[in-house]
Amino acid sequence: MTSAFELILCLMILGTACVALFMRDFLAAVAFFVVFGNLMGLAWLTLGAVNVALAEIAIGAGVTGVLLVLSRSRLLALGEEISCGPAKPWLRLGAAAACSVFTAVLAAAVLSIAPDDGLAPVIDGLMPLIGVENPVTGVLLAFRAYDTLLESFVLLGALVAIWSLAAPAAWPRAPAALRMTDPAALNVAGSFGRLLLPVALVMAAYLVWVGSDDPGGAFQGGTVLAGGFLFAAMGGAIGLPRSDNSALRWSLVAGPLVFLAIGLAGAALGRFLAYPEGTAKALIVTIEYSLALSIGVTLALLVAGPPATTETGL
Amino acid sequence: MSPLDLLVAAPLAFMVASLVVGRGGRWLILAASPAMLALSAWLVALPPDAAHLVGDWELPLGILLRADGVARLLVPATSLCFVAVGLYAWHEFSPKSGRETARAHTFWPLLYLMWGGSNAGYLTTDLFNLYVTIEMVSLAAVAMAAMGSLAAGLQYFLIALVGSLAYLLGVALLAAHYDTVDATLLAIHARPDLPTLLAITVMTAGLLVKTALFPLHGWLPPAHAAAPAPASALLSAVVVKLGFVIILRLWFEAFAEVVRPAAMHLLGGMGALAILYGSIQAIRQERLKSLVAYSTVAQLGYLFLAFPLISNAPNPAEPWAAVLVHAVAHMLAKAAMFLAAGLMLKAVAGERISDLAGLARAMPLSVTAFALAAISLTGLPPSGGFTAKFLLLHAAIEQGSVVYAAVLVIGGLLGAVYLFRPLSVACSGSAAPVVKAEAPLRVAAPLALAALAVALGFAGMMLIELSSLSAPPAAAGPLPAEPGR
Repeated sequence: MTSAFELILCLMILGTACVALFMRDFLAAVAFFVVFGNLMGLAWLTLGAVNVALAEIAIGAGVTGVLLVLSRSRLLALGEEISCGPAKPWLRLGAAAACSVFTAVLAAAVLSIAPDDGLAPVIDGLMPLIGVENPVTGVLLAFRAYDTLLESFVLLGALVAIWSLAAPAAWPRAPAALRMTDPAALNVAGSFGRLLLPVALVMAAYLVWVGSDDPGGAFQGGTVLAGGFLFAAMGGAIGLPRSDNSALRWSLVAGPLVFLAIGLAGAALGRFLAYPEGTAKALIVTIEYSLALSIGVTLALLVAGPPATTETGL
Repeated sequence: MSPLDLLVAAPLAFMVASLVVGRGGRWLILAASPAMLALSAWLVALPPDAAHLVGDWELPLGILLRADGVARLLVPATSLCFVAVGLYAWHEFSPKSGRETARAHTFWPLLYLMWGGSNAGYLTTDLFNLYVTIEMVSLAAVAMAAMGSLAAGLQYFLIALVGSLAYLLGVALLAAHYDTVDATLLAIHARPDLPTLLAITVMTAGLLVKTALFPLHGWLPPAHAAAPAPASALLSAVVVKLGFVIILRLWFEAFAEVVRPAAMHLLGGMGALAILYGSIQAIRQERLKSLVAYSTVAQLGYLFLAFPLISNAPNPAEPWAAVLVHAVAHMLAKAAMFLAAGLMLKAVAGERISDLAGLARAMPLSVTAFALAAISLTGLPPSGGFTAKFLLLHAAIEQGSVVYAAVLVIGGLLGAVYLFRPLSVACSGSAAPVVKAEAPLRVAAPLALAALAVALGFAGMMLIELSSLSAPPAAAGPLPAEPGR
């Protein structure tokens, strides 16, 4: 039964990938890409990697799908042609051969690594020290908190980098509106977005909270929050902020700032990013909530793009 | 509190502050400059074995920060570059009332992100943590490159992404194989088997793309030449060094027992070709900033030419010091050169070398800065560049590596050819063009950097002593027998 399910899943993943690759129609290819991403999420779930599955479905399928659809509509608005010409046969064959050889070497290398528990025993031994149950949260927010701290600044930097692309006349306006232009679609998206945003807020808060003991956490919560914001913006329920809005700036930096401040407080008491005994869980949850807020706002604005002069919607 | 943490935390705090302050963000550089220089000085003054684990989480899971010779040389040099570039950019990226541009606002947070990322990269021994620092630096670098040319920025972005992913794949293989990604632990446990060799290969390839070693340099000249002068200075001086330092850590620390001499010579050969190719291309350029960008391609070659010289040396401390001094001298000189070139080209409102005629009379200080930087880059005494190239040449002759010695000599000659061409044009002509006077700070920044690059030549012993803190150990007797060696 299980192996039959896995076999079918593998076939479906390969099938949707092929369809997405060879489909001429851009929109249909994107649709299959999103399906492919969701099936990959299922595959991660079967492998027991719940956090990877959540990330794959939310970012790999959801946000990337939205980005692809947005790119299409903006290219269409510019009058660009959206279809890729036929690639040269030797290029296809060469790419296929190179990828096959690399995959074979990689597979040989991976299979030659003796399977073991990895760092799991080490992590299990340390978990009681921080009072949370989810080992992923333990790694991300305690044992390797330094990586996560720096990553939160990478995400913030990504938004700044996108902002830097704004035309001189556009700064500091809002990004081009995500509002749908088709009245019927706007009507549906509007009521859906108004309904979804509060649900997304509650769900994000819940995901962050359970993240201490079960799969979930700041990144998953932030992604759900971003999804809620995006749907609401597409339906016209909320507008997009100007880039010099100070409330926006504070919500963007909240997560990295709180994380850095707690890290430095640890340094003042002894060691950078060390949590004093007994306070670990409270500090971790504080960091996670502020990170989730910043990640949600940042991701939504990353999708929206740089400040723009035009008011065109989807 | 320790500078190992603060050198990373402080720039990130300034990044947050510049985002919150918004319009006045550029003023923060006046606070960041003294703070970061003081922290760098503190780092140099730490006891020789200074190191600690972030959050006190033990290896193999935790992250070790340490102040080794590489960090003690490159962190202060990086800080000097950022300070000079920041003060230079203070006028250029200022939001003037009524015509605020995205660039004036976003340059500053990106500068601090790059600053924190570079420092974090020099201080950590953790290969995954290094991946995060590469992302910090690359992201800021791509945005800065796109400020000059969107096309070059996009090309750079795609290439940097491929490089990052290749590196990450290697880290994943190592993590699965050894249950740690700490360089100091890998140095003990690494074995020359398929996963390890594949990991080293993809990581090195990814980093070489980011470091733009010939023949993977194609993206560098367009991106570095098109960007605004402060951005070019950071891209050429600081950004490409991080990839190099990580390769240094992989090849001479984590996998010192695994990599074969043939691989060392492969990198050395690529370095030699980079010197020759980059120099010849630089000679052929008509535009000043393209010339300086190709000079970066050539100068990066020296860093890799040193690899076989270090691994073959009976006492590797000398070529090891040479490569680090070269990295520092190139950082200072190249940043100075791009900044000076920016001033010169702005004054003549052109971009070709032939536009510079007579400029030495009109703006003597900027041309002097360019000339001082050129002295260090070509390796004329007394300068940091001379110390580095002399030590490399000495090592090459000592080991009887005629080819490398010849490339070093020819590279120096070619460097003189391409760098003195713009200088001779600037000193030619009888009429001085009328130019608008620049703010003193903008003139002083490249001059100070170039003067430091030359002054390094007088601090040779101190630099060698600092670099010896992390030099590969001298081969004491025969190496332990290993299969296939």
